[in-house]
Amino acid sequence: MVATNEIPRPANTVQLLTADGRFQPSETSAEYLPYLENLDENDYRTFYRDMVRVRRFDDEAANLQRQGQLGLWVPSHGQEGAQVGSARAAKPQDHLFPSYREHVVGLIRGVDPVGIVGVFRGVAHGGWDPTDPAIGNFHLYTLVIGSQSLHATGYAMGMKLDGKVGTGDPTQDAATIVYFGDGATSQGDVNEAYVFAASYQTPQVFFLQNNHWAISVPVSTQSRTPLYLRSSGFGIPGVQIDGNDVLAAYAVTAKHLDDARTGEGPSMIEALTYRMGAHTSSDDPSKYRSDDELAYWAERDPILRFRVFLEEQGVGQAFFDSADEEAADLAADVRKRTLALTPPPVASMFQHVYSEPHPVTEEQQRWFEEYESSFGGDA
Amino acid sequence: MSEVRSEADYSEAEYVEAELIEGEPGSDADENEDQGGDESSPDAASSDSTSFDSADFDSTLLDTQAIDVVEIIESDPDARVLEEHVAEQEWTREFVIEDEPGEDPSPAPEATVDAPPEPRIQSLPMVKALNAGLRRALADDPRVLLMGEDIGPLGGVFRVTEGLQKEFGTQRVMDTPLAEAGIIGTAIGLAMRGYRPVLEIQFNGFVFPGFDQITTQLAKMTNRHSGKMAFPVVIRIPHGGHIGAVEHHQEAPEAYFAHTAGLRVVAPSTPHDAYWMIQEAIRSDDPVVFFEPMSRYWPKGEVDLVENGTPLHASRVVRTGTDATIVAWAGMVSVALRAAELAAEEGRSLEVIDLRSLSPVDYGPVIASVQKTGRLIVAQEAPGNVSVGSEVAATLAEKAFYSLEAPVLRVSGFDVPFPPANLEELYLPDADRILEAVDRALAY
Repeated sequence: MVATNEIPRPANTVQLLTADGRFQPSETSAEYLPYLENLDENDYRTFYRDMVRVRRFDDEAANLQRQGQLGLWVPSHGQEGAQVGSARAAKPQDHLFPSYREHVVGLIRGVDPVGIVGVFRGVAHGGWDPTDPAIGNFHLYTLVIGSQSLHATGYAMGMKLDGKVGTGDPTQDAATIVYFGDGATSQGDVNEAYVFAASYQTPQVFFLQNNHWAISVPVSTQSRTPLYLRSSGFGIPGVQIDGNDVLAAYAVTAKHLDDARTGEGPSMIEALTYRMGAHTSSDDPSKYRSDDELAYWAERDPILRFRVFLEEQGVGQAFFDSADEEAADLAADVRKRTLALTPPPVASMFQHVYSEPHPVTEEQQRWFEEYESSFGGDA
Repeated sequence: MSEVRSEADYSEAEYVEAELIEGEPGSDADENEDQGGDESSPDAASSDSTSFDSADFDSTLLDTQAIDVVEIIESDPDARVLEEHVAEQEWTREFVIEDEPGEDPSPAPEATVDAPPEPRIQSLPMVKALNAGLRRALADDPRVLLMGEDIGPLGGVFRVTEGLQKEFGTQRVMDTPLAEAGIIGTAIGLAMRGYRPVLEIQFNGFVFPGFDQITTQLAKMTNRHSGKMAFPVVIRIPHGGHIGAVEHHQEAPEAYFAHTAGLRVVAPSTPHDAYWMIQEAIRSDDPVVFFEPMSRYWPKGEVDLVENGTPLHASRVVRTGTDATIVAWAGMVSVALRAAELAAEEGRSLEVIDLRSLSPVDYGPVIASVQKTGRLIVAQEAPGNVSVGSEVAATLAEKAFYSLEAPVLRVSGFDVPFPPANLEELYLPDADRILEAVDRALAY
């Protein structure tokens, strides 16, 4: 029973895997099936490893929070299918603008998971450098809900001004993808991003993970209209997918990014998924949602579904064991390096407030250093 | 919101300019009917209004309108207001005639970007100085983009961007959807991509829909990226009162931005400064909030198109004196100078400093001045509570305590919402209010 949060589920939701993991494409998925031809068994295995890795990482970070090592954690448990499929669909030249729960998108693009954890340990506001080629154009987390949607739209406007859209060269043409949630769809910024994206026909995919809860408020409070229909009012075509189906997330995102890169303008994907854990380590989902709802979504777990698919493809136990082992190694490494993180130098508080020299921050830094040193020794 | 804005177009000063430049007179009835459509009505758009066409120019119309405005002003009980507005009106007449092609042999300033400007010193109103500065920035750096509401064919509600879209194209000078958060937020993305967006906020009170993107995003972005990315975004905002406009159109919101780390805040008071400061702000790798005093948009001043003279963040003594120091910025500088003139008639010598940069503030000249005069009055249009003037007063109390012969006094707008235009000249500090504070300071 999903009474608290039931949204009419249209018959045209794109789905490639059934809830129990059988490959049985929905009628609406026909136009996306060619994109599966880009994938081989190694890609499938990579998708699975990605999902298992981030779930184990996510558990480890949650443990670290409970042990007092992180101030806060934002779990992504349950949303791995939508995130892995969409991230794997992006090309190297694409730019990805996350909200703050897209841990595996960052990992796939090259972010050190300890960089993500560091943000929640209070050592940095941005745990990686999006200008570093090793980071794969994965931009910084944005905590003000929906703000990043406009940055992604502006960036896509810049790509278009630079002539990086519709050139016919698939290694040059680029697009942005912006991640946001069901709560963000109520924000003005997301709606203004739709307006600007439509007006300037940006090369851009709006990737909405509808995880059904904005902290404690159900999506039915955000919208009485299925969210994928909202964008069409702005002139941006929208499609709803089963977000716990990694293959659907991949194929649909790949097509829409392709369309964006070739100059067909922005589009929107609503991925139906579920946040199995709390919004953050600070809240208690048992206060606002039912066990039945949780059970409904647990039966549609993106990892279990994809495992059934892989098993049907003939993938053996050894692979799954090795994926688990790899994930455990990652978690152990993250734990070890997280505990070794040190507070940033005091001076860093004053640096980079501005790009150019600034007398006030310089004077305050000088004063504070003198003040600290007045206590002598290693104050 | 659009109804509110369109009413702005009927503030008398802007009304005069808009109508004159468009060459599109209207009967009183027309004006009222036009409220929903503003100047970008089909008629205006179809008249190729980006450049002034002498064939459309009707000097009798100008005179008629000038009289209309003077009559409006004459109904104002405050004689000084009349004087000011008539001065503006005279400028408007002169300006439009000068702009008419074929009658004025001297080249318009916008005709010279690459070649050395001729003549080097030009008498321009601030709107034209800003226009020339923006043109030069666009010509110098292909990464510079202009974005805003109505800045394209219309040239902005104050015509600051007039002709720039025609010259540089719709990709460099973009009319945006009517959404301030969208303008600021997309500019952040464009800056990430390497562009240098220059944004026009139509009126001061309309910046607040974009305030979140300015303060939580733009201001913190450099810091969040540990300096790996720069965010050279300029936000131009018309500032202050004296134009008789409706609510939200005449405010002085600089304190909100000066309070926010990561932003630079500047405000020119003269056409020369406007010409140079806008170019420096665009060259800055940091976000700059650029306040343009609307009361100074139309009076002409000399602009040296070759030599600047004062860096962006420097304050400057604009009149020397010995008895007391007046610090002002934006539209208050001319009021302070008038106060100084009146004081001089009474034998008092006031020094006037144009702060120019509100964040950071260049305190050197202010401290040096107070060390000389021993008395400081800070004059501002903004409400006094938690204002830039408060910060200047506190800082001088710390840094020049032993030089002060009297408490630092603030002359500010009142801590009330900006009043209806009929009361604005009572709300805004005038020369007399400054002189009253001078009297109090000298009484110590």
